[in-house]
Amino acid sequence: MAELGVVLVKVAVAFGALLLLAAYMTLMERRVFALVQVRFGPNRVGPAGLLQPIADGIKLMFKETVIPAQADKVVFVLAPAITLIPALAAFAVVPFGDSVTLFGRKVDLILADVNVGILYIFAMSGIGVYGIVLGAWASNSKYPLLGGLRSAAQLISYELSLGMSLMGVVMISGTLSLKGIVDAQANLPFIVLQPLGFLLFVVCMLAETNRAPFDLPEAESELTGGFHTEYSSMHFALYFIAEYCNMLTLSAVAATFFLGGWRGPLLPPVVWFLLKVLAFMFFFMWMRATTPRLRYDQLMDLGWKVLLPLSILNVVVTAGVMVLMGG
Amino acid sequence: MLGEIARGLWVTLKHSLRSRVTVQYPDEREEMPKGYRGLHKLLRWEDGLERCVGCKLCSAACPVDCIFVESAENDPARPTSKGERYASIYEINELRCIFCGYCEEACPVGAIVLGSEYEFCHDHRDKFLYTKEDLLVRRTEDYPELNARYDERKLLTYV
Repeated sequence: MAELGVVLVKVAVAFGALLLLAAYMTLMERRVFALVQVRFGPNRVGPAGLLQPIADGIKLMFKETVIPAQADKVVFVLAPAITLIPALAAFAVVPFGDSVTLFGRKVDLILADVNVGILYIFAMSGIGVYGIVLGAWASNSKYPLLGGLRSAAQLISYELSLGMSLMGVVMISGTLSLKGIVDAQANLPFIVLQPLGFLLFVVCMLAETNRAPFDLPEAESELTGGFHTEYSSMHFALYFIAEYCNMLTLSAVAATFFLGGWRGPLLPPVVWFLLKVLAFMFFFMWMRATTPRLRYDQLMDLGWKVLLPLSILNVVVTAGVMVLMGG
Repeated sequence: MLGEIARGLWVTLKHSLRSRVTVQYPDEREEMPKGYRGLHKLLRWEDGLERCVGCKLCSAACPVDCIFVESAENDPARPTSKGERYASIYEINELRCIFCGYCEEACPVGAIVLGSEYEFCHDHRDKFLYTKEDLLVRRTEDYPELNARYDERKLLTYV
């Protein structure tokens, strides 16, 4: 009974923090863009612009929700939720801190220590693809259809390399559980041992979240908004939040696999975890501010002809080195 | 290709270290350049007499016909301007005005000049009809840079 209470509190805290962080990532994105473009971002609404996401949220709530007449209403409304829920659920296996002792009991700062953790995360991101495809299909309109199909193809192509690039880390640490992987980095973060894996994972991370330079499916100038063209107000906001939650979850996975999760000297573990996740988020935004986007065929070429072979090569080389060094 | 992306990221990062070019209006305002054509001003001589002699050259020069001048004889005992006449009515419709500065160029005594004020807004169209009271400067010392323009222009014309 008390266990249930502890889990519920952890769920509330973790998901509340994740959603709030996703909302504030919109502000961080605008401020980081502005920083790189030598101007101020939003800094009027509240101190340093901190109330801007709230103002945006209120504005979106007041907007009129337009559902196209020829759209499949049920699926149209459900699709953003189908994108958001896996993005949130995948966060359940990420350890965001060391064990703490509260009120005399030891509490692991992870919502569910599943022993096939990384497999669960990939299952969730696979379901996330459905949300985009269903949203595009239910819009019953040209541009969303094209954007959605392209996005789905992009996502499934890059999911392969995403998984393969992590296999090196899994082999070295010997476990699929994220908690085990953080524990295995007690001496050395895996970025040192798996530089190619890290690079591949970062590139695939950009592609999986539809971020520049892989953001053709949602680029306004190309497809008038891609799969979320027909969405307005809160439905659009839901897609938007889902995208940021996806970014946050993948940043958390990257921090866990390659930078040692919550490990770090001096500061409390949760703070280190947050810093690492925010560092990856900054990298996402930095890339978006810097690179032009890839054309769709260039994107697919990269995914299948470059990243997949390289990730398989990474696995083979890691295995070889492990055998040579005796395990 | 990775090297190219890394170079691009370095450029973006360097930019993030520069100081921002934004002017945080209305907390900060930028100084307007010297020849900026803003709101009109009717100037005075150093001794306090009005410069305007009611010659209506500004009205004639105005391309959009926004200046209305009516002149009256100067009272010899208490002259308003240095010449024989002064402007009894001087109105400019600032909404019609295109701020070209022809009136300033046409004026022989340097009375009407365009200053650097650009933040004049009202809530009714009629309030934009600026009369002599609105345009005339209260004291001679108020706008020294505007007063100096006539002397500069005289130098340019007669040299």
